[in-house]
Amino acid sequence: MSERGHHPAPLSPVERRVAALEALLTERGLVPEGFIEEITRRYESEIGPLNGAKVVARAWVDPGYKERLLTDGTAAIAELGFGGPEGDHMVVVENTPAVHNVIVCTLCSCYPWPVLGLPPSWYKDPPYRARMVREPRTLLAEMGCPLPGDVEIRVWDSSAEVRYLVLPQRPAGTAGMTEAELAGLVTRDSMIGVARL
Amino acid sequence: MPVDGIHDLGGMQGFGAVAHSPAEPAFPDRWQATARALMEVVAGAVEASGGEFRHSIERMDPGHYLTSSYYEHWLTGAATLAVEHGLVTHAELEARTGGRFPLSGPALAPPVADAGPDLGEPRFGVGDRVRVRDWHPPGHTRCPGYVRGKAGTVVRVDGTHSVPDVEAHGPARRYEPTYSVRFDAAGLWHDGQRGVTVHVDLWDSYLEPA
Repeated sequence: MSERGHHPAPLSPVERRVAALEALLTERGLVPEGFIEEITRRYESEIGPLNGAKVVARAWVDPGYKERLLTDGTAAIAELGFGGPEGDHMVVVENTPAVHNVIVCTLCSCYPWPVLGLPPSWYKDPPYRARMVREPRTLLAEMGCPLPGDVEIRVWDSSAEVRYLVLPQRPAGTAGMTEAELAGLVTRDSMIGVARL
Repeated sequence: MPVDGIHDLGGMQGFGAVAHSPAEPAFPDRWQATARALMEVVAGAVEASGGEFRHSIERMDPGHYLTSSYYEHWLTGAATLAVEHGLVTHAELEARTGGRFPLSGPALAPPVADAGPDLGEPRFGVGDRVRVRDWHPPGHTRCPGYVRGKAGTVVRVDGTHSVPDVEAHGPARRYEPTYSVRFDAAGLWHDGQRGVTVHVDLWDSYLEPA
């Protein structure tokens, strides 16, 4: 056995604080048995961008669904079985050749959990939140999504109860693909609006 | 003199590049999942509203906020609410940690005693010009600083929702419609980029006719 096996790395300051709060709340009987494991499992396996990709692919192949999705996002997303916290008031915004949409939360990190999962670190950190409302054209180009100058950029700051999902454009050359194959093309970033497909 | 929270980041300059990654695990480290779960435990035990939850993080020391990760924010907010509601004491937390356990600062706004009447019918409709009230409340608000005093156009009327400025500071509630308001970037920033609109979702009482 390695030396490290005998001496696990000491806890970092933040890990010591987490452990302290967990211990005190557990001693007071406030943490149900298995609760932390349940939270972890729920956010790691039940929600994520694969859900959103299914919504997008369905909208690409079914014009009636797409219309419902753009009219009442919450209800149309629920048709595929997705909903819950941070997904109760969904608005879906559609990219076209002339319009590009991108979502941000400048005040915290609001994000449509049921269809995209938990937000990535960069979405929660200051640079993205500060810059996307001020210089989206520059920031999108930096992030690998340069847009022609004549494409209108619509930024959506999730500052109240609505959560947004971007409906990306269906890529060219995909006419023969099945809905499942199409879903495989849809990336998390394209549904945030920091990438085009 | 109350200051706006450090969390109100829209338009702030000097942060540099976004550390983008195409994919990452939900919880890169185990403590992050635990911190998230503990916030859920505390928020449930003290029946915190969404506004009170968010404000517990917004009251962090600005330097701490900017130099700590998302789940350290959650941990700090959870511990702050736990202390403020008497579930644990700060001394217990620091004794168990074996070191400092920084908490968020006190709320600067008093509890809302009279929330006023609910507003059932929206005052504004799609296409109306509105101006965001130029106010700087000392407590929680969901009105971003970068739109205060600015004029925009209502593009969507949403349902009525509990006003965060009220619910963050006690048990009182007031319900109002929210709107999505479109602002031209040129009207928000002296160097606003061409062909850019920014949409902000705002409660009715944040707005006045333009």
